Amino acid sequence: MAKGYEAGVKDYRETYWQPDYVPLDSDLLACFKIVAQPGVPREEAAAAVAAESSTGTWTTVWTDLLTDMEYYRGRAYRIEDVPGDDSAFYAFIAYPIDLFEENSVVNVFTSLVGNVFGFKAVRSLRLEDVRFPLAYVKTCNGPPNGIQLERDKLNKYGRPLLGCTIKPKLGLSAKNYGRAVYECLRGGLDFTKDDENINSQPFMRWRDRFLFVQDAIEKAQAETGEVKGHYMNVTAPSPEEMYERAEFAKELGTPIIMHDYLTSGFCANTGLARWCRKNGMLLHIHRAMHAVIDRNPYHGINFRVLAKALRLSGGDHLHSGTVVGKLEGDRAATLGWVDMLRESFVPEDRSRGIFFDQDWGSMPGVFPVASGGIHVWHMPALVTIFGDDSVLQFGGGTLGHPWGNAAGAHANRIALEACVEARNRGVELEREGKEVLQNAARHSPELRVAMETWKEIKFEFETVDKLDAAHR
Amino acid sequence: MSDIQDYKGGRKYETFSYLPEMSPDQIRAQIAYIIRQGWNPAIEHTEPERSMEHYWYMWKLPMFGEQSVDNVLAELEACRREYPNHLIRLIGYDNYAQSLGLAFVVYRG
Repeated sequence: MAKGYEAGVKDYRETYWQPDYVPLDSDLLACFKIVAQPGVPREEAAAAVAAESSTGTWTTVWTDLLTDMEYYRGRAYRIEDVPGDDSAFYAFIAYPIDLFEENSVVNVFTSLVGNVFGFKAVRSLRLEDVRFPLAYVKTCNGPPNGIQLERDKLNKYGRPLLGCTIKPKLGLSAKNYGRAVYECLRGGLDFTKDDENINSQPFMRWRDRFLFVQDAIEKAQAETGEVKGHYMNVTAPSPEEMYERAEFAKELGTPIIMHDYLTSGFCANTGLARWCRKNGMLLHIHRAMHAVIDRNPYHGINFRVLAKALRLSGGDHLHSGTVVGKLEGDRAATLGWVDMLRESFVPEDRSRGIFFDQDWGSMPGVFPVASGGIHVWHMPALVTIFGDDSVLQFGGGTLGHPWGNAAGAHANRIALEACVEARNRGVELEREGKEVLQNAARHSPELRVAMETWKEIKFEFETVDKLDAAHR
Repeated sequence: MSDIQDYKGGRKYETFSYLPEMSPDQIRAQIAYIIRQGWNPAIEHTEPERSMEHYWYMWKLPMFGEQSVDNVLAELEACRREYPNHLIRLIGYDNYAQSLGLAFVVYRG
């Protein structure tokens, strides 16, 4: 650094490629999948990404010499082949923790996936994983309640929670909507959910919906003696309106609200999560827009990174795919980010797409939510894949029951409890699930009818965003 | 329409309360599961009309380190003899998760 100032353009790798660098425990580490432009060496492309996502710009500037660039710059420290794919490579980059504002998922992502994604030296770029150092994790608020506290508040133990998204997702009046909620909850569901598209449209304004739904919750609760909730969607055009809706939900005494963290943004989400912690409110998080960001294997951000971002920003539930339903989701990769949401330490495991050890310290866990095109026949697989700390949501699989919502809810609840009871006895659910359900149906006409209704439905399409593996 | 059955709701008690009451063998299997998980069995009971309260009456103390299914079953029976009209629930305390690994009402009063 004692050298004089030389204006001009240098190769990035002279400054930002440092293969002998040993990352610090406090560094934030990132793994990018890069396809370089033709003729650009891997080291140069990796170094360019490190530079553009940290301290660098395209030309040397004299003000670099006013600070300790050695300390502040990001460094590409490792390059790896992508299994089964010669066109791309993995670049590992270490960023010093002081590049980022504390407790700001916003700031981290503005750097890591900012201008660099439009950068001409790379043809395509995907952020595969990020290791947040424990020192950074400890600055973040995280989930307002967490799995353990939510179970205690709801008095629900030893099984997954059950939910349902109310349909039709658009067009119902507030009172009819509340009816659909009531029927589901009295039938045995723990939760119902506003569809993410439901905010405050002309056909049903948010205040009317909240009032009728709260009535439904209280009645179902009094009738069943179980704690019930409805994810009241407070996603709104502006933060002021979002908080107004959240405050009203709190006044009603409802236990849980809902937010869409990608369309609303990390800033709104972090603020709302903090409000929820302060006000003892559970927070359900939906992920509309995620597939735009995470589905293309060569571009964007892998969902495991978005899941980490949510755990840091704050939420008690996060939609994470079903593996078996109508929506995209590779099994091993899904298990990877499900662990990432729930566990306090997640070790590197390439077979699940996890590139780094991740220590969450004492940060509470998030319930993964499996939702989308699932029905009673999926129950044995879902209980096996997701385990107890999950929310299983059957929309059509509840409301589409020939006898109505309450019967549909009842069928799902019986199927769930039968699967958990059998699993605890040592039954291998994925092999013997059919018998378990058939036995349970002997006591439940609701379940028998559900099983007849959905026995032929399958969603068997190849996953687009597969883990990188040699066989591709 | 004639095929549709009217839904009969009613009072429930969370996990496993939608299944028929368990046979002794089924109860044994759940106790064995709790022990296998390394959790500590415990028993609680309450008047049926107070089932929604967080805190039920503790039957003695949690059975820390108990490894015998028979012993846990015997305590469940003893509790039932003393409080035949109460709801009686079995709990598996998971001290690692600081939560209840399992909790369900064994006898419904």
